[in-house]
Amino acid sequence: MRAPRDGTRHVVVVGAGPAGLSATRAAVQQGARVTLLDASHQTGGQYWRHRDTPTPTPAEQRLQHQWRVHEVLRDLARTHPRVELRTGAQVWAAEQHDDGPRLHVLVGDVDGHGRTHLSLAPHAVVLATGAHDRTLPFPGWDLPGVVTAGAAQALAKGDGVAVGRRVLVAGAGPFLLPVAATLAEVGATVVGVHEASRPAGLVRGWLPRPWRLAASPGKAVELAGYVAGHVRHRIPYRTGEAVVAAHGSDRVQAVTVARIDERWAPVPGSGRRVEVDAVCVSHGFTPRLEVAIALGASISSSRFVAVDGDQATSAENIYAAGELTGIGGVDAALAEGWVAGHVAAGGDRSDRSLRRAVSRRRASADVTSRIEAAHGIRPGWTAWLRDDTLVCRCEEVTVGRLRTAVEVTGSSDPVSVKLTSRAGLGICQGRVCGRVVSELLGSSSPMQARPVVTPVRLGDLAATPPFAAPGVPQAPGAAEPATAPAPAPLGPPGPPHSPDHDHARARAPHSATTERTHP
Amino acid sequence: MTITVDGAPVTGARGQSIAGVLMADGRRDWRTTSVAARPRGLFCGIGVCFDCIVTVNDLADVRACLRRAQDGDVVTRQHHLLPGADA
Ligand SMILES: Cc1cc2nc3c(=O)[nH]c(=O)nc-3n(C[C@H](O)[C@H](O)[C@H](O)COP(=O)(O)OP(=O)(O)OC[C@H]3O[C@@H](n4cnc5c(N)ncnc54)[C@H](O)[C@@H]3O)c2cc1C
Ligand code: FES
Repeated sequence: MRAPRDGTRHVVVVGAGPAGLSATRAAVQQGARVTLLDASHQTGGQYWRHRDTPTPTPAEQRLQHQWRVHEVLRDLARTHPRVELRTGAQVWAAEQHDDGPRLHVLVGDVDGHGRTHLSLAPHAVVLATGAHDRTLPFPGWDLPGVVTAGAAQALAKGDGVAVGRRVLVAGAGPFLLPVAATLAEVGATVVGVHEASRPAGLVRGWLPRPWRLAASPGKAVELAGYVAGHVRHRIPYRTGEAVVAAHGSDRVQAVTVARIDERWAPVPGSGRRVEVDAVCVSHGFTPRLEVAIALGASISSSRFVAVDGDQATSAENIYAAGELTGIGGVDAALAEGWVAGHVAAGGDRSDRSLRRAVSRRRASADVTSRIEAAHGIRPGWTAWLRDDTLVCRCEEVTVGRLRTAVEVTGSSDPVSVKLTSRAGLGICQGRVCGRVVSELLGSSSPMQARPVVTPVRLGDLAATPPFAAPGVPQAPGAAEPATAPAPAPLGPPGPPHSPDHDHARARAPHSATTERTHP
Repeated sequence: MTITVDGAPVTGARGQSIAGVLMADGRRDWRTTSVAARPRGLFCGIGVCFDCIVTVNDLADVRACLRRAQDGDVVTRQHHLLPGADA
């Protein structure tokens, strides 16, 4: 199947991180017209989060890696006549129709009033929504000053601010290293990096077939740089340890660090107190699946979006790339985005221009399995929970209350336990605690599709134009190639590259009357 | 760039998020939870957890970590008590 290379094929890319930017370039090179959306006010995603200043300081530059790649991709997204870049654009709902996918977008100030509605009906969608930190609960993790490692990274790169003066970094995974390096760079004293995996696990994950790692040069060089940086800044790096409690009245003042065994259960009597004013914790990443689920994409047993060699999901015309499909770091995200954008635009995986991307993707896949082998969460961690430890931060549900709910309902079915305890029913929609609640209940039941991907204000829904402008005409040049799926009319008249302000379909999905509530 | 936080002026750098301005000012919390009246501030840093929500220019539930601070923004602590909450 060949799509024409004349800009009549419309691809929407959700997420302007490394994967989405790379997909945008590939789709444009393949001749498609691209709308690139990101909820934040800049391109770059998590990896290239930056202070928006015309001239970054040398210190800001030191926080970035492969920045030149970002500049090239960003400039293409900003200036290419067939790309429409929209920042501050939150995809808040999505659905599949008989004639193709629909995305509902609010554009404007984050959580502001009077945002503009966009409703898009493209031929294909590339999802590149990335991931967020997984953080296992521990007593005191709700104290201000306890943040995810990603938050510390984002605050340093995006705001130039250190999350604290005396900071401890803990959890599992190679991500702890750049976070510690960044914190030192923005002036914090990093009192230690505590990796839960034990040396044996690290060796198992990282040492076999080291030549393969060398095939992924960007990452290896970057990791080597962190090690050198740690030596320079004299940051202690310890393995087989975890933060098992945070202490303080209204903000964190100290943590207890304990040795943990191979199953991650704390070794009795090994705890020691460390004074800190911030602690950054990450136990890996969990993908931002909401839009993918709403569009009907299958989720794998490891809870990533399942894709084939074309980066195609199980849902028709929906592709996915980057951390959404597995944690492989920036090189994997760039390679996968490249393949996804190329194929979504009608190209073929066997095309010569795709060879480099395909081989890079293979090299990066190896990094992914190494990370899981070396740093994957082990079940013994629940031994550091107490009855009064919060599980659900939004609804302030404790471990004890969750247990009571199981006893009262006589079931560990997550749905009934959630309704009784309210765990997972708060404003974050279970993003933070959902997996932990399932794990504590010993359940592997799949996540639920949510009609509203992101909480929106009732006022914004009410302002959604419910009816079509009279006689919504055919978009210019929207005659469909016979082989391509044929979406309905693509929007109002306008310049050929205008977005699909298709108010005919901007009606909120009718189940979407959820009001944004306070926790 | 200056914003007002619970009545007091706080200066930040252009391009910073509201959370960035508050954190640089030494603040760690800017919300009180509804059930146990506990302080909260930054947690995920990227708009996922909603822990950092704050009232901006009279509009509640704005994620401070994502919202870029604008000169003159009026930021107030958010505390919506649930009926029957213990505090
Ligand atoms: C907070 C954080 C910081 C990180 N920092 C680093 C780092 O410094 N170094 C490193 O090697 N790795 C880092 N990582 C790992 C990182 O995820 C990858 O290296 C890389 O950024 C993945 O690229 P991606 O394109 O898959 O996703 P991302 O870079 O995460 O990009 C996804 C984009 O999608 C957007 N998005 C999500 N949902 C929606 C929606 N509904 N509507 C509109 N837009 C949406 C987001 O705003 C985001 O910009 C970080 C991860 C996190 C969570
Ligand atoms: S800190 Fe999580 S949404 Fe802002």
